[in-house]
Amino acid sequence: MANGNKSAAEAVSTPSYPLTGMAIAALVVGWVVPGAGHLIQRKWIRGILLLASVFTMFFFGLAMQGKIYSFNTGDLLDILGFFGDIGAGGLYMTARLMGLGQEVIFRATADYGTKFMIVAGLLNIVCAIDAYHIAIGKKK
Amino acid sequence: MNLQLSHFSAALLFAVCASVVFGITQRENRKDMMKYGAYCFSLFIGGVIVAGWAMWLLKR
Repeated sequence: MANGNKSAAEAVSTPSYPLTGMAIAALVVGWVVPGAGHLIQRKWIRGILLLASVFTMFFFGLAMQGKIYSFNTGDLLDILGFFGDIGAGGLYMTARLMGLGQEVIFRATADYGTKFMIVAGLLNIVCAIDAYHIAIGKKK
Repeated sequence: MNLQLSHFSAALLFAVCASVVFGITQRENRKDMMKYGAYCFSLFIGGVIVAGWAMWLLKR
């Protein structure tokens, strides 16, 4: 009886969100292409605004000759920089394939560019998780 | 390509992009999204201005 009451209380307090194919697709597609997780769920305005924001930050970072980190096991900040950069998904892979962001930094603005690309990656992770939450019904 | 932004214009660009993402992802409806985005933007820019004046005072 006590267990029955407890499980009923848990069911009321913690709503369950089913993991669907759309949820996984929104997460993965949203990571690869910024804003696409929202676009595939027909959240057009949100998707376009997120796409524009993340793309703008990443491309301005590149234009300022920021550095793109590759996988490394050296300095802690370099490792964290790599994880920030890889959050940009497809943008990161495209930039790496094109050999962009590999110049040696010698100006303050280039360092701003490096930070812009890391933040673009981190913001893209936030966008992909938001798309996932919409897909599972946790958010409208 | 070699773009050189000033510190303030870089901070402004950063604030706009980050505020848009925060506004959309952290709130449920459109009105709250706009309000929260504007709030984040004002905090980013306000922080830049306050930090700038703090550094000016420290330099003197």
